[in-house]
Amino acid sequence: MTVIIGLEIHCQLNTKTKLFCGCSTDYRDDGPNTHVCPICLGLPGTLPVTNKQAVLYALKVAKALHCKVPAFSEFARKNYFYPDLPKAFQITQYDKPLALGGYIDNEAENGGEKRVELTRIHMEEDPGRLVHKGSGDRGRYTLVDYNRSGVPLIEIVTEPQLSSPKEARRFLNKLRATLEYLGIYDSEREGSLRVDANISIKGYERVEVKNITSYKGVEKALTFEITRQKGMIRRNAQIVRETRHYQEARGVTTSARSKEMEHDYRYFPEPDLAPLEVSSWVDEIPLPELPDARRDRFVQQYGISQNHARTLTGDLKLAEFFEEIASDMPEIAAPWTADILLGELNYRDMPVTKVPVPHYGALLLEVKKGSVTDTSAVEILRLILNQVMEGQQPEMPGEIIARLGLSKEKGDSIVDTVASVLRENEAAVADHRAGKAGAINFLVGQVMKATRGRADPKEIAKIIADLLKE
Amino acid sequence: MVSKEDVAHIATIADIGVDESELDLFTGQFNAILDYFDVLDSVPIGGDAAPLRKNVFRDDEVVPSLSHDEVLMNATDPEDGFIRAPRVI
Amino acid sequence: MGSRYSFDNPDPHNAFITICREAEYGEGPLSGIPVAVKDNISTAGIETTCGSNILKGYIPPYDAHVITHLRSAGAAIVGKTNMDEFGMGTTTESSAFGPTLNPADPTRAPGGSSGGSAAAVASGMVQMALGTDTGGSIRCPASFCGIVGLKPTYGRVSRYGLIAYANSMEQIGPLAGNVRDCALLYSVIAGYDPRDGTSLDLPAPAPLKAEIAGKRIGVPAEFFGEGVDPAVAKTVQSGIDRLEGLGAEIISCSMPSMQYALAAYYVTSMSEASSNLGRYDGVRYGTAPDFVRSWHDAYSHIRKSGFGEEVRRRILLGSFALSAGYQGKYYAKAQAARQMVRNDFARLFETVDMLAGPTMPCVALPLGETSDPLSMYLADILTVPANLAGVPAISVPCGTAHNLPVGLQLIGKHRSEDEILSAALAFEEGSV
Ligand SMILES: [Zn+2]
Repeated sequence: MTVIIGLEIHCQLNTKTKLFCGCSTDYRDDGPNTHVCPICLGLPGTLPVTNKQAVLYALKVAKALHCKVPAFSEFARKNYFYPDLPKAFQITQYDKPLALGGYIDNEAENGGEKRVELTRIHMEEDPGRLVHKGSGDRGRYTLVDYNRSGVPLIEIVTEPQLSSPKEARRFLNKLRATLEYLGIYDSEREGSLRVDANISIKGYERVEVKNITSYKGVEKALTFEITRQKGMIRRNAQIVRETRHYQEARGVTTSARSKEMEHDYRYFPEPDLAPLEVSSWVDEIPLPELPDARRDRFVQQYGISQNHARTLTGDLKLAEFFEEIASDMPEIAAPWTADILLGELNYRDMPVTKVPVPHYGALLLEVKKGSVTDTSAVEILRLILNQVMEGQQPEMPGEIIARLGLSKEKGDSIVDTVASVLRENEAAVADHRAGKAGAINFLVGQVMKATRGRADPKEIAKIIADLLKE
Repeated sequence: MVSKEDVAHIATIADIGVDESELDLFTGQFNAILDYFDVLDSVPIGGDAAPLRKNVFRDDEVVPSLSHDEVLMNATDPEDGFIRAPRVI
Repeated sequence: MGSRYSFDNPDPHNAFITICREAEYGEGPLSGIPVAVKDNISTAGIETTCGSNILKGYIPPYDAHVITHLRSAGAAIVGKTNMDEFGMGTTTESSAFGPTLNPADPTRAPGGSSGGSAAAVASGMVQMALGTDTGGSIRCPASFCGIVGLKPTYGRVSRYGLIAYANSMEQIGPLAGNVRDCALLYSVIAGYDPRDGTSLDLPAPAPLKAEIAGKRIGVPAEFFGEGVDPAVAKTVQSGIDRLEGLGAEIISCSMPSMQYALAAYYVTSMSEASSNLGRYDGVRYGTAPDFVRSWHDAYSHIRKSGFGEEVRRRILLGSFALSAGYQGKYYAKAQAARQMVRNDFARLFETVDMLAGPTMPCVALPLGETSDPLSMYLADILTVPANLAGVPAISVPCGTAHNLPVGLQLIGKHRSEDEILSAALAFEEGSV
């Protein structure tokens, strides 16, 4: 059963002000309805005026994603009712969007690249935010915060060309990185990237899943929905063309069947806004170095592997972090950052920007000098990250090494430890002498344990061999 | 010709209650008015009209918002700074 | 600021929804002049209802651009005038605050939708008033009440703060007892406003001087077509003869797109209105919804009880005209017809300076006479073309028919308010 996925990605642009009024978009630390004016509250008599910066940002995205910008585009009203929509219409773009076509080269299953084509990019305003309160049919009510109302969004629509949740996740990572590189989007703002997905099994009806509010939820939501659809096909049940909502907390999609969702959006051109004729601006919009170019440069400049380069450039902050510490020792910094540090950060859900550069750089230097083992170095890294997470001033690696006695054990002191491990594990020594594979690994492990990781496994193996030869 | 069902459907889309008794009245009036609008059938559809204006923008500069009190002053029973609306779920 | 204007006149014609008995005023060209404002123009701190129950109690937290101008010109804003609900009418009878009576004959309607503003001026309660004109709503009541009313070029006066009925066609404009007062109020409110993206950045209006000799005035045959009361036609024809007597050159012409104008106007205005009026759900302002109901139910309920019948009719028809499967037949065709009207004006204005004809095809109607919506719509046939094309138009008193006032309409080129005001002044002075 072939899976077909198309995505609609809503991205908040990080302009200073909203799309059609001068209210600040920097509302996340403030109370409800504190960044609201007559325009974004939809008071009678108000008129929208388009934020030029938002158009420039959207065009920047269009250029970076290789879209065509038509000579003429316009805003339209999408009419529907909902308490988060203060005018009862959303100003968006309909049949004359800002940009058409375009593509993203996405990492494919085989490690190569697969081109995912885009349908269009258009601009629109964000609705407000609802909070559900009370209980019982008569007691329930809704509270509305219009701070978000009018924040500029771009909606990026892909062709249905993604074939697995994993591929969709990779696509979103790549897109997110590109948007970050462009400086038009702030990934740390909650809800700044939201996704709707169209999912079908080839030969069956298409289902739209809305309300995937975190891009991390996409893979889960898609996996659930595909499993649901495949299950229905196996049971010979009919898949109906419908809109479903993703319930983040439960990880399931549920049907949005209510009659209240019956829509006829009655689009028509927004009479209060002049059309856009901005295609000629595109040439003059400067683009920064984008993830693909930076990846290629990393391979060239630092001599690191394609895979490490791809990982390190997959996030703007990570790439910038890497460049800060890489210059002296890229061969150590690349695997350490891409393989070890990233894993530790994900485990802690900690942004790379919180990693203290001097500490991390000093740690890599200790590794390079060979003064600690890799195992000890990981232990030191964890300690430093934990100290940062707990809000403490992190210790420098040298201090930690001295405090915990983590200097790599070398020469005689290890020979003594190895000798005693061999005495205590005669059975394993016998197995080893009998040519049993695996016995040596066990012995090395015992020595590592005895030195609390302060010895280098290769050196241990060599000493074991030497001692047993005697 | 629009039917009573058409009018009822549009009333749902437009979120406007219409009584059963009004449906007949509106349906009759709508048909008379829509008949009159049929004069537009003979209008040739040309290309897009040249827009009267284009590219009207403002700069990305913050303008003071309303005070919190002004935002809430016309709303009924605001709660914790939020505006109250009927339940949606 | 500082001075106070005491306004405690009786209001026998129900011209006002809200009266400000003590109005502050300051220095400026309108210093101490009482000005009435139509109740669809937002006034900070003064209830603004649009003549609708759904907005009862709504106090705007901001001033419309024209109100800012009025205040800084020193005007005393003495109240908010009655109107057809949301501007949707030709009689001011659809107001939730009861009909306004025509001072020229209190058994008749003043016309609409700015009937309250026209009656306030015609009865002498105020010297001048602001109205709004979407399809004739300034010119119609000016004609029926025997005063002067100007609809400016689309974009000449900021719409910021004007509660929208049909955005692409409406303008705020002055009503006054004579052309000079009308021009004075116009000069105060005209000007660029960056908050209105359709606002025009033009030089200030020129000083008014009577001027008509040598002007070429076109008279389209369609302006005297079917449906025009012969008595009205006769009065207006004699007015046009007077224009000729004052030195104007009268040129017969034709405007074939008139056959589409009314339908194009109503389809467009209803479509825009259906969208503009979606926001009235009681949540953020206006009459509160029933919080015990679920939102869709509560919205339907408040929008049924809060809106009057004509408003609901237009919202429903506009929603229909934009709905899937019908948009091409109605909305799209109306836009094409609108372009034909624009083209007709452009063609005519290559050879004439302005057009003249009756403002309305009839005189003021008895109160309660119009129950059939379509026949009420038909009365707008002569005023809607200027709104479709965005050109300025003025109605000046031209005499009487059936002992009731009749207005002469002059329609000018885009941005030619100065020219039609000058012509209207010459006509007015020549008539004295
Ligand atoms: Zn705002």
